[in-house]
Amino acid sequence: MLFTSYEFLGFLVVLFILYYALPSRAQWPLLLAASYLFYGCADPSYLLYILATTGTTYGAARFIQKNADRQRAYLKAHKQALSREEQQAYKARQKAIRRRWLVGGLLIGLGNLAVVKYTNFVISNLNGILSALGQGEPLSFVTLAMPMGISFYTFQAVGYLVDVYRGTVTAEKNPFRVALFLAFFPQLVQGPISRYGELSQTLYAPHPFSARRVARGLQRMLWGYFKKLVIADRLLPAILVLTGDSAAYSGAYVLVGMFFYTVNLYADFTGGIDITIGIAEAMGITLPENFHRPYFSKSLKEYWRRWHMTMSFWFRDYVFYPVSTSSFMWKLTKFCRSRLGSQVGRRVPVYLSSFLVWLATGVWHGASWNFIVWGLGNFAILMISEELEPLYARFHRRFYVDGALWYKVFQVGRTFLLVSALKLFDCYACVGETFRAFGSIFTAGNWHIFWDGSLLGLGLTLTDYGVLAASTLLVVCVSLAQRAGSVRDAIHSRPYPVRFALWYALFLAVLLMGAYGIGYDASQFIYNRF
Amino acid sequence: MEELLNILSELHPDVDFTCQEGLVDDAILDSMDIVSLIAAIKDVYDVSITARDIVPEHFNSAAALYRLIQRLADED
Repeated sequence: MLFTSYEFLGFLVVLFILYYALPSRAQWPLLLAASYLFYGCADPSYLLYILATTGTTYGAARFIQKNADRQRAYLKAHKQALSREEQQAYKARQKAIRRRWLVGGLLIGLGNLAVVKYTNFVISNLNGILSALGQGEPLSFVTLAMPMGISFYTFQAVGYLVDVYRGTVTAEKNPFRVALFLAFFPQLVQGPISRYGELSQTLYAPHPFSARRVARGLQRMLWGYFKKLVIADRLLPAILVLTGDSAAYSGAYVLVGMFFYTVNLYADFTGGIDITIGIAEAMGITLPENFHRPYFSKSLKEYWRRWHMTMSFWFRDYVFYPVSTSSFMWKLTKFCRSRLGSQVGRRVPVYLSSFLVWLATGVWHGASWNFIVWGLGNFAILMISEELEPLYARFHRRFYVDGALWYKVFQVGRTFLLVSALKLFDCYACVGETFRAFGSIFTAGNWHIFWDGSLLGLGLTLTDYGVLAASTLLVVCVSLAQRAGSVRDAIHSRPYPVRFALWYALFLAVLLMGAYGIGYDASQFIYNRF
Repeated sequence: MEELLNILSELHPDVDFTCQEGLVDDAILDSMDIVSLIAAIKDVYDVSITARDIVPEHFNSAAALYRLIQRLADED
């Protein structure tokens, strides 16, 4: 049941009616039932995986919480009787018990993800090694269901468990509430990756009907459908042609494919997130934002604070900080400082932790070397930028260009090119093919395709190009307008006929220009496969 | 406090840390700065700041960070 299917729209209509018709205490149980129905419709076997993750997460979190509560009560009762050292020793023993529950919960949750997502990738690499050594029969691949969105709900589960361990949230006593937190259907398949402390504020609360809130939610959904159906799905056939045969479509075609894919991914992913947040908003539930006009970033570092924010922040809070502030890293820092000097020692925790984060980010995106190289490519560029900081500072002291509009445009353009080039790893079958395709941009010399009509042979007509250009321009204008605040609020402040005309025009645009119709199968959202 | 201001100034010599109240919220300090800062604080104050303590409230101003250091020193 894709977000773009008629079944899903029917499902939503029935759900919204029931959600506001039932007593408010029945709203979150209804959402749990609807979420499991939604997920079960995709494939009933997926339910087993999410139930296993839910059970493990709930159980481990409860044990951690009970231990923490018991520790508090014990120390309160024996405050006078125990010395400071005895209290510290008791705390350390209890913390070790809680850590064991945490590690157990994480191993099961992440192990579940690792097995279904990476088993065949490992087998494929082992076969490559065996073949190179000329030894034995190749290992057989295994058939495992890859549950849709498993990477997203596993990360939410890990975040929840770690937060309970850190004591920043209290473990939920009701297992059905934990089940809803992990399975809430709008965000189940492509995020955003929510934190329990934030989402629980609105997920279980009663939400009386509010026409304004429902309208706002529907408006956000409509904007998401516009980006997905009018831009992303219209571009997709051309991208498949361009990246399907890198020998035939080399040189300037790669450049075209690169920009098409950059626009496609933005429209697809942000469109999907708009639909997700809009559905939740219509039901009074607040989900975290996942994008902040990322293609206007002036550096790669800034881009990663504005693109897929909930994933970046997840890696920062649950991988980067714990690793870089661990006692192992501290010992390593001291060792490097004493042997290699303070400059190297200072860089060790940051660089090593960043390397691990980017390796994990690449692996999270998919079981393929393309994603690993993509992750490490990001790492390399970020670290080189970090090392060049003194040079940039010297340049800016010499030339006063920092506030100039042309320089900002240059920075945004440079970052956009960099990000687009890195995204090529997502387009081609293997790393070698990606590098060959990228290299051909500078060697093929087939720039004539821009004026000899070749671009009309990619499955896009002149009308398609017109629609895409106008729609993309609209998205850019809306993004620029968002700098001054919410565009929906600005429209809402207009007289009723004006706002009705604007929303109706957008609705018509989706209806008339959306890439669907008889024989057309709206494509799955790109991030569903993660 | 003087030592903390020196550590911060080494990271960003162009920032006046005595009056900034949104070091994290305004993206003056990023995650890499925070890790470098924590290592320097460990050196100077012998205080371990863990991942649990890394929240914007503790890092948004020099005063808030100093309060965190004092609290952790007391707990030790």
